[in-house]
Amino acid sequence: MKRHLFNLALAITAPFVLILAWFKASSQSTNAFFPPLSDILVRFADLWIFEHFVSDIIPSMRNLIIGFALAAVLGVVIGFILATVPVLRVLFEPSLHLLRGIPPVALVPILITLVGFTDQMRISSIVIAAVFPTLIATMDGIKAVDASLKDVCTVYRLDRKDRLLSVYLPSASPQIAAGMQVSLLVAFIVMIASEMMGTAQGIGAMTLLAQQTFMAADMWAGILLLGLIGFLSNVLFDLVKNRALSWYIGSKKMEKVS
Amino acid sequence: MNSTIPTTTQPKAGSTPVARLEVQGLAKTYGHGPKSVEVIKDLTFSIHAGEVVCIVGPSGVGKTTLLKCLAGLQPSSGGTMKIDGHQVSGPPAEMALVFQDYSRSLMPWLTVEKNLLLPLRHLHLPAAEVRTRIEEALNEVGLSHAAKRYPWQLSGGMQQRVAIARALAYRPEILIMDEPFASVDAQTRFDLEDLCLKIRDELGMTILLVTHDIDEAVYLSDRIVAIGNKPAQVLEVLPVDLPQPRNQITSRALPEFSGLRTKVLSLIRQSES
Repeated sequence: MKRHLFNLALAITAPFVLILAWFKASSQSTNAFFPPLSDILVRFADLWIFEHFVSDIIPSMRNLIIGFALAAVLGVVIGFILATVPVLRVLFEPSLHLLRGIPPVALVPILITLVGFTDQMRISSIVIAAVFPTLIATMDGIKAVDASLKDVCTVYRLDRKDRLLSVYLPSASPQIAAGMQVSLLVAFIVMIASEMMGTAQGIGAMTLLAQQTFMAADMWAGILLLGLIGFLSNVLFDLVKNRALSWYIGSKKMEKVS
Repeated sequence: MNSTIPTTTQPKAGSTPVARLEVQGLAKTYGHGPKSVEVIKDLTFSIHAGEVVCIVGPSGVGKTTLLKCLAGLQPSSGGTMKIDGHQVSGPPAEMALVFQDYSRSLMPWLTVEKNLLLPLRHLHLPAAEVRTRIEEALNEVGLSHAAKRYPWQLSGGMQQRVAIARALAYRPEILIMDEPFASVDAQTRFDLEDLCLKIRDELGMTILLVTHDIDEAVYLSDRIVAIGNKPAQVLEVLPVDLPQPRNQITSRALPEFSGLRTKVLSLIRQSES
């Protein structure tokens, strides 16, 4: 218990120490590309908390949330169907593995040509890139359902609906959640990348613009914001996941004890 | 403990008992042609209503294969199986199976009562009946207090009780158990054996239990089906005439007990050599 508290304290203080070190080290900086952290923080507050919150942060976050949600739902549905309908799996699994080998960001130029510089383009590139981790994880999770659980389904003559939705899906859910977490990361990357082409709106666009106009403090402020969003979205995801999969976490803990 | 679970047909005293389960010439071969492996050659035995029968055999003789064929988890290569005189194929509705590995046969994401509920859902019973079935089954195995807990929060013996309760709530004609007490400690094992006999006495359940433990087979059984050889076949069917009710201390101390144990063990040893 003592050890646990100590670790927690360490985990909380370490980032602050790092920030403090950055603050101290950069305070006298005259390098145009590495401005003092105090300047960056001032710009951060000016830019993101007031001026551009509605015009840039909200559109970026909206694209991220819609794109990720669509990718997660589609990934689970398509993965589930592919894993449970053998004919479809045989037909599509090889091409699926080829498709997911394409780096997600490479899809952005294609979509610009097809859809144009719109939010639909940005959301669809997020969906297309982020769907694969969830999809593959769902397929693998369903394939890995324990043979003895399948036997239980057969002996008690469960109908197809109960078998698929009440046994296979929950049994695969830890793997599905891990896939979704990767999807979230990919969605975030593609959100930024999609804003770095052909638009003046969004966090990615703002950051790129600052870099191209030699406004180093603004650029660093953008990067800081992106880091913060990435970190917080992951924390939020973990919270939801730990709640939904409390049975899994609990049973794993028991396994370790015994 | 008195239970209100309606009993399945009790064997009527005096009348000739009807075979509840009749297995005739069951055979199982894996593969085809010269590479095929014959696991079960010819198994014939029958179980009467309300009887506890143990199938005993050395490890690797094909006991699990036999159960999988009986439970419809694997197709058999030959022979017939009849329940109450009706031939069955596929997983019979009248049968419930308690698996050896309780930790992998219960759903860890469901509470104990939801685990019991799952096999009942497709039966579309009235809600009140579902509730009584679950309550009575948990009561029978002494786990009423654990209804809202998760299986992984319980000890191994308790988890196996949950698996037994799930089978009871399903109200099968025949309860089949695959080495159900193999992975619990010795003390828990005695308790679960007595639970098994209690279920038979109170509910008139017909129980077929597969085990490699000869002492357990002698203690539990009305009859023992000793199987051996490769491929598996019935060596002998032995009646166990130890007095009922059985008692872990006194029954095991009887000279008949050790006599039977010696007999079964030598049968199995002979078939192995």
